[in-house]
Amino acid sequence: MAEELTARAPSLNGGPRIGVYVCHCGLNIAGTVDVQAVVEFARTLPNVTVAREYRFMCSDPGQELIEQDLREGLVNRVVVASCSPLMHEATFRRATAEGGTSPYLFQMASIRELVSWVTADPEDATEKAKAHVAAAVRRVALHEYLEPREAPVHPDVLVVGGGIAGIHAALTLADAGKHVYLVERESTIGGHMAMFDKTFPTLDCAACILTPKMSAVRAHPNITLWTYSDVVEVSGYTGDFTVRVRHRPRYVREDLCTGCLACIDACVHKQGKVPDEFNLGLSKRKPVYIPFPQATPPVVVVDPESCIWFKTGKCPQTCVEACERDAFDFTQTETFDEVKVGAIILATGFRTFDPRRIPEYGYGRYPNVYTSLEVERLLNAAGPTAGEIVLRDGSRPTAIGIIHCVGSRDVRFHAYCSRVCCMYSLKLAHMLRERTGAEIYNFYIDIRAPGKGYEEFYDKILREGVHLIRGRVAEVTDEAATPEEEGHLVIRAEDTLLGMARRIPVDMVVLAVGLEPQPDTEDVRRLFNISCGGEGFFTERHPKLAPVSTFTDGVFLAGACQGPKDIPDTVAQAGAAAAEALAMIDRGAVALEANTAHIDEERCSGCKTCVGLCPFSAITFDEERQKARVNEVVCKGCGICVAACPSGAAQQHLFTDEQILAEIEGVLAYV
Amino acid sequence: MSKPKVAFYWCASCGGCEEAVVDLAEQVLDVVGAVDIVFWPVALDFKVADVEALADGEIAASFINGAVRTSEQREIVELLRRKSKAVVAFGACAWLGGIPGLANLRTREEILAEVYRDLPSVADGAMPREEVEVPEGRLHLPRFDEDVRTLDQVIPVDYYLPGCPPPVALIAQAVTALVEGRLPEPGTVLAPDVALCSECPRRATKPEDLKLERFVRPQEIVADPETCLLAQGLLCLGPATRAGCGAPCVAANMPCTGCMGPTGRVRDQGAKALSAIASLIAPSDPEGVAKVAEQILDPVGTFYRYSLPASLLHRRVGTDGGRPAEPSEPVAAAGGGEPR
Ligand SMILES: Cc1cc2nc3c(=O)[nH]c(=O)nc-3n(C[C@H](O)[C@H](O)[C@H](O)COP(=O)(O)OP(=O)(O)OC[C@H]3O[C@@H](n4cnc5c(N)ncnc54)[C@H](O)[C@@H]3O)c2cc1C
Ligand code: SF4
Ligand code: SF4
Ligand code: SF4
Repeated sequence: MAEELTARAPSLNGGPRIGVYVCHCGLNIAGTVDVQAVVEFARTLPNVTVAREYRFMCSDPGQELIEQDLREGLVNRVVVASCSPLMHEATFRRATAEGGTSPYLFQMASIRELVSWVTADPEDATEKAKAHVAAAVRRVALHEYLEPREAPVHPDVLVVGGGIAGIHAALTLADAGKHVYLVERESTIGGHMAMFDKTFPTLDCAACILTPKMSAVRAHPNITLWTYSDVVEVSGYTGDFTVRVRHRPRYVREDLCTGCLACIDACVHKQGKVPDEFNLGLSKRKPVYIPFPQATPPVVVVDPESCIWFKTGKCPQTCVEACERDAFDFTQTETFDEVKVGAIILATGFRTFDPRRIPEYGYGRYPNVYTSLEVERLLNAAGPTAGEIVLRDGSRPTAIGIIHCVGSRDVRFHAYCSRVCCMYSLKLAHMLRERTGAEIYNFYIDIRAPGKGYEEFYDKILREGVHLIRGRVAEVTDEAATPEEEGHLVIRAEDTLLGMARRIPVDMVVLAVGLEPQPDTEDVRRLFNISCGGEGFFTERHPKLAPVSTFTDGVFLAGACQGPKDIPDTVAQAGAAAAEALAMIDRGAVALEANTAHIDEERCSGCKTCVGLCPFSAITFDEERQKARVNEVVCKGCGICVAACPSGAAQQHLFTDEQILAEIEGVLAYV
Repeated sequence: MSKPKVAFYWCASCGGCEEAVVDLAEQVLDVVGAVDIVFWPVALDFKVADVEALADGEIAASFINGAVRTSEQREIVELLRRKSKAVVAFGACAWLGGIPGLANLRTREEILAEVYRDLPSVADGAMPREEVEVPEGRLHLPRFDEDVRTLDQVIPVDYYLPGCPPPVALIAQAVTALVEGRLPEPGTVLAPDVALCSECPRRATKPEDLKLERFVRPQEIVADPETCLLAQGLLCLGPATRAGCGAPCVAANMPCTGCMGPTGRVRDQGAKALSAIASLIAPSDPEGVAKVAEQILDPVGTFYRYSLPASLLHRRVGTDGGRPAEPSEPVAAAGGGEPR
C-alpha cells in the first residue's frame, strides 16, 4: 500500500508544495528500480511535501492518492514517476484536475520507458530514476496555472473520396443526422468496387451490394454529393475547417440531366472513339459518355479532349438536339464552393501497381497479359465483353496463369503484402474457370487467407481443381522450347514444393497487381496536413489505439488510403471513422492544447521570422502594429516559432526557457 | 552638493569606446562639468593609488569597457568595484566579450606561440615571462589569463551599455540618468529591449515568408538600398540584435553584425541568431540545407562575433590543443570555423 505521507521542507504558504508519486508498474519498474530509494530521495528535494510509492499509479486507487493529497492541501503540484507521457500524461492530468487544480500543474518523470526498460543494472537504473525525478520536481515548481480551453465544433463533415469507404462513412454520418459533403473527383462514386463483378469470399455480386448504397447517397437529404470535384484548399483547425471545393465542368447540367443516355446514342460518332477509362482501355467510348450504367449521379460527361465541337467548333451537335431536357451547356467553366465543417474523413483509396515496372512479365508487350483489374472488367456483365472472356486477339483461353504478389512482397517495389491479392486471385481463378472451363494455374509465394471465411474459400477453390504452384514466377515468354509450347505464353517458375523449375504454357496471364498509394498522395497529405509512412499511405495516429485518427485533430482516415485492405475491413474502418467524427461533433467542443505559443508584443520587433514557419498557419502579421500574433486556438504547440524567434518574444506555455533549463539543471545537478 | 564622482577604465578593447565618450562632442563638456572624473587612464593622469585612496563606494559610477583577459585588468576592475556604487559595463566587449572574445577559439598557448614564436616577423622567439630580474630589481608583467571573460564574469555589474561602441545618444542618456540619480533597476541593459528590425527603415520590405536560397557577402553584390538585407541573402543579424543604434550600418547598406547584443529574454545571441536564420533556409532536405549553410563561411565569427565569452559555449573546448577545425566545416560544427 501507499507509503505514509511525510511532511518536510518548510514551504511557503502558497508556494510550491510538490507531491511525488513513484509507480512500481508491477515489476516493470520495481523489478529494476529501487522504488523505495527513489521515494526517500524525493523527500530530500526542495518543495517536496509528500512522496509516496504505489503499485499501479494509473489505477483508480493510485489516482485517488493524488486527488486526496491535492484536496487536503498537502500538495499543490504533482510529479508522477511512471511510464511515459504518451501512455498516461492525460490520466494524471485528469487526476490533478479532479483534485481541484489546473491539470497542468503536473509533470511526469518517465522512469519506465527511459529507465527500467533500457537500463539493466539496478543501481544505475535507480540513480537515473532519481535524476529524472529531480528534473521533474524542479520543472513543475515553475509551471503556471493554466485553464483547460475548448473551442466549439461545427457539426458538418467533409468526406473526400467516394469509394466504398467514403460512401459508408457518409451514409453512417448522414443517418445520424449530420450533414455530409461527399467530394469525389471522378464523375461517379463507387471507386474500385464498382469495377468488380463479384467479391470474395462470399462471391456476392459487387453491383448488387454497392449500387443500393450509391443511390442512397444520392437520395439522402443530409448528403451533398459533389462529383467531378476536388478539394483545393483547407484552412482552419479541428472543429472549424474551411474547405474550398472545385467543380470541373461536365458541360451537362447536373440538375437537368436524367441519365436517359439519348445523347450518347445520338452522338455523331457511331462507335466509341477513345479508350474507355473505366474499362481500363479494353473498350472505346464516345466523347459524351457515362462510365457505367449505374453511375451515380447518372449524369453524362462531355470530354472536351475528344469532342468535335470543342476541337473544331464544327459539329452538328446531334447530342444537344437529342436531349429533351436541354441539359447541355458547352459554356460551363470551373466553379467553386466554400463550406465549413468540423471534421474531415479522408477516403481516397489506392491505385494498382503498374506491372510495366516488371518487364519480365511481359505486360504491355504480350497482348494476352492482363492486370487483375482488367480481368475484373472482362468478367463484369456490364464490362467491355459483357462478361465473356474474350482475349485481345479474339481467342478464348484454355489455360490461364495467375501470378500473385506482382509488385508486393518484393523489395524492389513494395516490401509490404497488399493483403487482398491472394484472395482476389482465388476469386478470379474460380470465376475464370467457371466462365471458360480453362485450366487455371495460380503461382503464389504463400497463400494469405486470414479473414473470416477466407481459409474456407481457399479450400473450396482448391477442391475445384485449380492448380496452385508455390514459387515466384521468373518470366513470362513467348519463346517456345517444345512444339507444344508453340503459340502460347510460357510461364517459367520454380515450384518450391516439387523443388524443380517448371514451364507452363498458357493462353492468358493475369497479374495480381498490388495496391499502392494514390499518385497525388503527397499533395493530399499536405493539403490536409497529415503524414505518410514510408510506403506513402496515410499514417494513423496509433496503429492499435487510434487507427482511424491522424496527427491532425479532426482529420480521420477510412479505407485503403491508410493501407491495403479488403472491403470488409474498409467498411469497418469507415464506420469507425464516422463514429469518431460523430463523437467529436456531439461532444460539441474540442479541447485545445495548453502548450501554445504566445508573442509578447512589446518584445516583438516585427522581424517576421516566425510568420512563415508555422506549419499550422497559426501566426499572422499585424501590418498596422507591425507585430506578429499567434492564434492560440490554431497553435499546436510545436515550438518552431519559439525556437526561431530571435528576440525571445515568442514564448510557449509549459516550455518556457526557465522550465526547460530547470529540468536540465535538475538532471545535471543530481548527476 | 558635491558633483558625483565617475571613473573610466579600459580592459581588452580597441579604444573605440573611449573615442565614443569623446564623440559626445559638446555634450562631453556638460558631462565633464556635471561630474568629477577621478580616474581615466586614456585621458587624465590619475594613478591607481589615487583610486585606492578613495573610500569604498565613493565613486558614483565606473564605466568599464573591454573584456577581461589579464591579471592587471582583474585587479583594477576589482578595485573599481569596491570603490563604486555602480559599475557600468561599457560596450560590447565588457558586456559580452566582444571581438577580443573570439580569442576563446584558441588556447592561451596557441596564442602565445603564434604571437611570440611562429609569426614570420618574430625574430628571437622569446616568450613573455611574468617576472624578470633586471639590475634595477624584479619586474612584473600581468598574467595572460586562460580565456577572455566578460566583466560580469569577474565582478558584479550593475548596468550594461551595449554597442561597438555604444551609440552616443545612449551614453548621454545613461550619464544624464546617473547625474540626475534616476538609475533603473540593477541588471538593466541601457537600451530598448526590442530587436533592430523594429527601427529598421527596410522592415516593410521584409517578406512574411522569407526563404533563403543562398547567402552572399556584402562585397559580392550591390545590395538594393531599400530592400531588407536579409531578404537579399546578406546575413543581417538585425532580427537578433537589440535596437537603439538607429541602424547606421543598414543605412550604409551593410548588414547588422550584432554589436548591440541580444534582447532581454535571449541567453545566447549567437545560438538564437543561428536558429532564426537556419529556420529560414529554403531547402528542407539535408543536402540542400548543407549547400546553403556552407555559404556561411565563418559561422562562429558571424553569429558570435561579439558574444562568444558570454554565450553558453564560452570558448572552444577540447584537448586536441592543435589547430581549430578547418574553416570549411559546415555551420553545425559551431566552435569550429576560423574567424577571418
Ligand atoms: C483487382 C482487385 C480485386 C479486388 N477484389 C476484392 C474483393 O473481391 N473483395 C474485397 O473485399 N476486396 C477486393 N479488393 C479490394 C477493394 O478494392 C478495396 O478494399 C476497396 O476498394 C477499398 O475502398 P476505398 O473506398 O478505400 O478505395 P477506392 O475504391 O480506391 O475508392 C477511392 C475513391 O476516392 C476517389 N478519390 C481518390 N483521390 C481523391 C481526391 N483527391 N479527391 C476526391 N476523390 C478522390 C477515387 O476516385 C475513388 O472513387 C480488390 C482489389 C483489387 C485491386
Ligand atoms: S508553436 Fe508551432 S504551432 Fe504554435 S504558433 Fe508556433 S510555430 Fe505555430
Ligand atoms: S520572430 Fe519574434 S520578433 Fe520576429 S516577428 Fe516573430 S515574434 Fe516578433
Ligand atoms: S533583417 Fe536587417 S535589414 Fe531586414 S529588417 Fe531586420 S534589420 Fe532591417
